[in-house]
Amino acid sequence: MKILEDLLYTNDHEWLKVEEDKAYIGITDYAQDALGDIVYVELPEVDDEFEMEEAFAVVESVKAAADIYIPVDGRVLEINEDLEDDPSLVNEDPYESWMIAVELEDKSQLDELMNSGEYEKFLEEEE
Amino acid sequence: MREYNKLIFELSKEGRTAYKLPKMDVEEVDLKEFVPEEYLRDEELDFPEVSEVEVIRHYTNLSNKNYGVDTGFYPLGSCTMKYNPKINENMARLDGFANIHPYQPEETVQGALKLMHELDEALCELTGMDKMTLQPAAGAHGELTGLMLIKAYHEKRGDTKRTKIIVPDSAHGTNPASAAMAGFDTLEVKSTEEGTVDIESLKNVLSDEIAGLMLTNPNTLGLFEKDIKEIADLVHSCGGLLYYDGANANAIMGITRPGDMGFDVVHLNLHKTLSTPHGGGGPGSGPVGVKKSLIEYLPVPVVEKDENRYFLNYDYPNTIGKVKDFYGHFGVLVKTYSYILTMGKDGLKKASEIAVLNSNYVMSLLRDDYYLPIDTIYKHEFVLGGLKEENLEVKTLDIAKRLLDFGFHPPTVYFPLIINEALMIEPTETESKETLDKFANVLKQIAKEAIENPEIVKEAPHNTPVRRIDETKAARKPVLKYEG
Amino acid sequence: MYPYIPNTSDDEKKMLESIGVDSIEELFSDIPKEVQLGRELNLKESMSELEVEKYITKLSSKNKSINDLTCFLGAGAYDHYIPSIVDHIISRSEFYTSYTPYQAEISQGTLQYIFEYQTLISRLTGMDVSNASLYDGGSAIGEASIMAVNISRKEEIIVSKTVHPESRKVLKTYAHTQGFKVIEIDESDGVTNLEQLKENINKNTAAVIVQSPNFFGIIEDIKSIEEMVHKVKKTMFIVSTDPISLGILKSPGELGADIVVGEGQSLGIPLSYGGPYLGFIATKKKHMRKLPGRIVGESTDVDGKRAFVLTLQAREQHIRRDKATSNICTNQGLNVLASVVYMVTLGKKGLKEVATQSIAKAHYAYDKMIATGKYKPLFNKPFFKEFAITSNMPGEKINDELLKENVLGGFILDENYPQYENGILYCVTEKRSKEEIDKLVSVLEGII
Repeated sequence: MKILEDLLYTNDHEWLKVEEDKAYIGITDYAQDALGDIVYVELPEVDDEFEMEEAFAVVESVKAAADIYIPVDGRVLEINEDLEDDPSLVNEDPYESWMIAVELEDKSQLDELMNSGEYEKFLEEEE
Repeated sequence: MREYNKLIFELSKEGRTAYKLPKMDVEEVDLKEFVPEEYLRDEELDFPEVSEVEVIRHYTNLSNKNYGVDTGFYPLGSCTMKYNPKINENMARLDGFANIHPYQPEETVQGALKLMHELDEALCELTGMDKMTLQPAAGAHGELTGLMLIKAYHEKRGDTKRTKIIVPDSAHGTNPASAAMAGFDTLEVKSTEEGTVDIESLKNVLSDEIAGLMLTNPNTLGLFEKDIKEIADLVHSCGGLLYYDGANANAIMGITRPGDMGFDVVHLNLHKTLSTPHGGGGPGSGPVGVKKSLIEYLPVPVVEKDENRYFLNYDYPNTIGKVKDFYGHFGVLVKTYSYILTMGKDGLKKASEIAVLNSNYVMSLLRDDYYLPIDTIYKHEFVLGGLKEENLEVKTLDIAKRLLDFGFHPPTVYFPLIINEALMIEPTETESKETLDKFANVLKQIAKEAIENPEIVKEAPHNTPVRRIDETKAARKPVLKYEG
Repeated sequence: MYPYIPNTSDDEKKMLESIGVDSIEELFSDIPKEVQLGRELNLKESMSELEVEKYITKLSSKNKSINDLTCFLGAGAYDHYIPSIVDHIISRSEFYTSYTPYQAEISQGTLQYIFEYQTLISRLTGMDVSNASLYDGGSAIGEASIMAVNISRKEEIIVSKTVHPESRKVLKTYAHTQGFKVIEIDESDGVTNLEQLKENINKNTAAVIVQSPNFFGIIEDIKSIEEMVHKVKKTMFIVSTDPISLGILKSPGELGADIVVGEGQSLGIPLSYGGPYLGFIATKKKHMRKLPGRIVGESTDVDGKRAFVLTLQAREQHIRRDKATSNICTNQGLNVLASVVYMVTLGKKGLKEVATQSIAKAHYAYDKMIATGKYKPLFNKPFFKEFAITSNMPGEKINDELLKENVLGGFILDENYPQYENGILYCVTEKRSKEEIDKLVSVLEGII
């Protein structure tokens, strides 16, 4: 499984890329592999607000659907509309296929997340 | 014939027709006199133009690409694909039933009302309940109705903090979906190694927030919940009610009754247990029965009888309201009653006995070649966990698809979710020993193929009208109508 | 012996041996004694086919059918002509004894007719996509409302009182359990009161539901309502309609509806005392993943052949469980097939002819009744195949007199609309002849 070094990770297999007060969020290589061929990504709208642990998107494969939870509080700044047209992008390159960008309200919430080394270990334990 | 590959739209040719109406015998008119022009269609409807012969041939050809109970064995677990008796079809088509309007005066539909009333009583006797509503359109609709009744019961008592419904992890997907639709949160309880409800884990979730528990008995593994009395007492003692999902009632007719097990609300799937056809997905019917304490909440109207007539009673001030237009799937009710009369008290019990015998028999034939996760006596269905031989590339899906090549409908697969690679087999009572033997032999042969020639299984089916279909493509770029 | 249970007692013995038990009772030994019935069911003994036929036929003969009576009753269930091929096709047991088409390879018959149904309903309603059907018109309104609440994330549904009273009752039941609010808008002169509607639409409105032709048979001013609805962001416009009327009327899709629903019984399904019927629902492409129930899509098999398959299943209960768009898992299968056969049999010209004959005959009947001078119209609005009439005599009395002449009178309005005392809603379809209408009017004339 591919893991990128400069990202943060959650127990639910989401990744975060922090750029100052903004974070891009997507799902990891492990998550896309577990879901199989992704057929649809349902995204929120710009300006929607979410609290930590709320579901902000749904990723569907043919026989499954998974809620994607937001690991921080935040308001949606951008959504990746490319995914609505071509959901297979998530399978092809999960780390390029960010789903939303949010405005970080409380950066201390990031402390709870794993770095790449910790996530790698987490995956080993999951196996 | 099975190569036929046309859509009805592709047969259309200008000037053809498949109908003829009597000539209009009132004056021809200009539609603009009746309807403002802005509301009149200005383009012709884009419907096909075909002859009657073409319509008949087209759909006859399509039917040849289908598989029904009349084609062959259909051991689909939890779906009770028993034979659909032909006399039932004739009875529902009688002029006095098929051609009566729901708003006719009651004195002109006494036969229909009497049939509904007698069916209500028969279903009450079968389930051990006190009164039924025949309104729900299907099993899932029955569940929704039943949960609304439970909600109304608690609301009337001012007990509004009961917002949770307990559902075992082996339950049908409709159970949690119906609970959500009725505005409840679901709490899942685990099953034990033996496949039944774990009493300890049930105790842990019981509280004064519990509105009720939904249970199938026998459960989706085909096992009777032996502790049902204790489960009922536990749920009742915390103030909750018990809901019986009747999907598996074909195992228990005349042997035990949900009402006697302690259930307060029950639905039956008439299209499963009571032989009415599934019709390629409907129409079904899911009557709901209740104990006395819940009668006042039933949907209106309720069919009742006084000294000299049957009538529709709307006078139920605490009713949950209406869950459906009119009174239910009446045509399905006629078929059901015809079946109950045909089978009688003796035949219904015999049906359940043989359904259980057939299921255990098939299990006994397959246990050497397939993994039997729970080794016990089953009821009307049993669940296998894929091939016994481990580490093969062949999965349950492949086995199911390979069965198609041998002319059998596969069992339910990958359900219940708690068994890996599940194959859920429900033979029903309407199959002969010869059919069951042949089915078991084919499954044994497939088990052998899985070792010796796995490719033939993995690429199955080979001789069906179409082969495996690209579902990913269908879901990624949905084509939901003909664009030609 | 029972005709539907093939195993002989000898078979039973051999099977018990294979299982390793001595008796059938042993197979039930896991059921605790305290919950066993321990007695026979209190039902009749099994009967022969002849006996069953005799008993049930006797019950049916206590009813008067629309072949015994001349039907001028409608109000949501209609006596339209059903071509005889409909019943022949739905009687093919490969169709009616099959299950939901989960095993697509051996269910192409079912899957393809559903695909054809979705195409026909989309074209008829002027919408992008249709599902594989719902239980009936009433539950379709309930499901459409839930859909609107989910899409708009708002919680008020506005419904006009000219929508079928049964459907409004079903809507209320659904709304109560789901926890959303229903606001009813009064009617004036038989149509939705537009001023009151305007006052009630606000930013909390998830959807506005209107029926056209409405319960009184009147064509509503859909254009004005559409403008009002779509002034508010995300508020959805739900239109319920009579599919037969769309043979001549502009489709709700062309008039700006977001969701179109309706009762499809008129499309080749017998009256059958109120069911089973057929609910249809269609919407715009952008909302397709929020549709409840089954949907069939086109794809290809491994050999590249065109094939049909259930799709967008991740919305449904067997995958999403408590997060599904609905708990529904069936559609109206065989009734879908009946409606498909009906729609293609009537085809491009036929549906228009049925609608044209219905509207012409309804107006003929209306004009004749008014011409008697004894009956007055309740409303003065454009109507399709139904119209409301009043007189100085109670509806029950009129209908009793009609019944004596083997005429099934109209729907009595005052129970649902107490303001219209003595009001009766008549329905005239293409099946009624001039002679039958003349008889109705002459009996009516004689009553008062």
